[in-house]
Amino acid sequence: MKKTNLRETFEPLTTGVFKNNATFRLVLGTCPTLAVTTSALNGLSMGLATTFVLVCSNAIVSLMRNFIPRKVRIPAYILVIATFSTMVQMIMRKWLPDMYESLGLFLSLVVVNCILLARAESFASLNPVLPSVLDGIGIGLGFTFSLTLLGFIRELLGTGSVFGFEIKPLIEAGLPMTIFILPAGGFMVYGFMMVLFNVAVKAAENKIAAVKAAKAFRSEGGDE
Amino acid sequence: MPYVLLLVINAVFVNNFVLSRFLGICPFLGVSKKTETALGMGLAVIFVMGVASVITYAIDLALVAGGMEYLRTIVFILVIAALIQLVEIFVKRFSPSLYSALGVYLPLITTNCAVLGVAIMNVTELSTVNVLYAFVNGIASGVGFTIAILILAGIREKLELADIPESFKGFPITLIAASIIAMSFAAFSGLSF
Repeated sequence: MKKTNLRETFEPLTTGVFKNNATFRLVLGTCPTLAVTTSALNGLSMGLATTFVLVCSNAIVSLMRNFIPRKVRIPAYILVIATFSTMVQMIMRKWLPDMYESLGLFLSLVVVNCILLARAESFASLNPVLPSVLDGIGIGLGFTFSLTLLGFIRELLGTGSVFGFEIKPLIEAGLPMTIFILPAGGFMVYGFMMVLFNVAVKAAENKIAAVKAAKAFRSEGGDE
Repeated sequence: MPYVLLLVINAVFVNNFVLSRFLGICPFLGVSKKTETALGMGLAVIFVMGVASVITYAIDLALVAGGMEYLRTIVFILVIAALIQLVEIFVKRFSPSLYSALGVYLPLITTNCAVLGVAIMNVTELSTVNVLYAFVNGIASGVGFTIAILILAGIREKLELADIPESFKGFPITLIAASIIAMSFAAFSGLSF
């Protein structure tokens, strides 16, 4: 019995990464997704910065869920989110100045990332602290995963490098296509990745359904 | 005066907010199913961006004078949220017809990163800054947003009738259409000043 409880507790963590993947399934937080994914490293750091803000704001919102009047909840959430995103900005400026430069405007714009407000409103304000934190980690890691993936693909196709390391043969062959690090390429890669993700999730769901059906069939057969 | 013109062309075409700066993608994808709703959203954004540019610019002068630039994000987002509420009340009171046109879109703009984006850009990136330039930049960026969302809405209306593979339906095909629009807007980048 305990095992199922444990699974239920950690469910927000796993659904956040795949089934409720913020980027490909919920289509939230699209602005930073497209803007910073010109390289895998940018995507990764943006993802981690957002995850930090998301986990902290989810925790605080969930702690205060019984004290915030319904009518002013949105400004209250925005204030909590803005506080943490300012913290991230300051931390990065101090210790990661290069990253601070390359993320630029979008680091201040973490505050209007719809993922944060959506999770505060639809999850953290209704659930206790632990699930909210886990939901934050799950959704955050899912976001980080998809940003890194998009950044990886765009960097590889656009400049012929992986995490900043140039792959000489690719570049010498003249394969990199600059279009992929331009805005147009961003939209395109995002669109095609979403197709792949949808196909993959659908296939997985069909498989699970098939396994369940087979099990049900077998148990029925066993009864007879 | 020539600088103002350059500012407008730059904000509308060369550095289009949606298609080359990636600001305001959420409403760009979310509210572009029909041309009329897209136009309503666009007008609301132009309006709020213009007003927000002026007000946040004035507030930033006070913040800089007090040496509190680090409060920018928090103060700006609160001002914008309050401003949108205020605008909503005023429009409702004085122009019911405009309210019925913009009504539902106004609250949505709070989380439109384009508004905060233009406010922050006005105080950090604009080369020679004064309040007129900030206002012009706000309006022109809003116009750029409106043009982009209108084009996309026009294409999506046609896509409704097209025969699209199952897994491309919805967002993926919209993103690919947006990619082609962005490609054509990339041509404007030759006009760099």
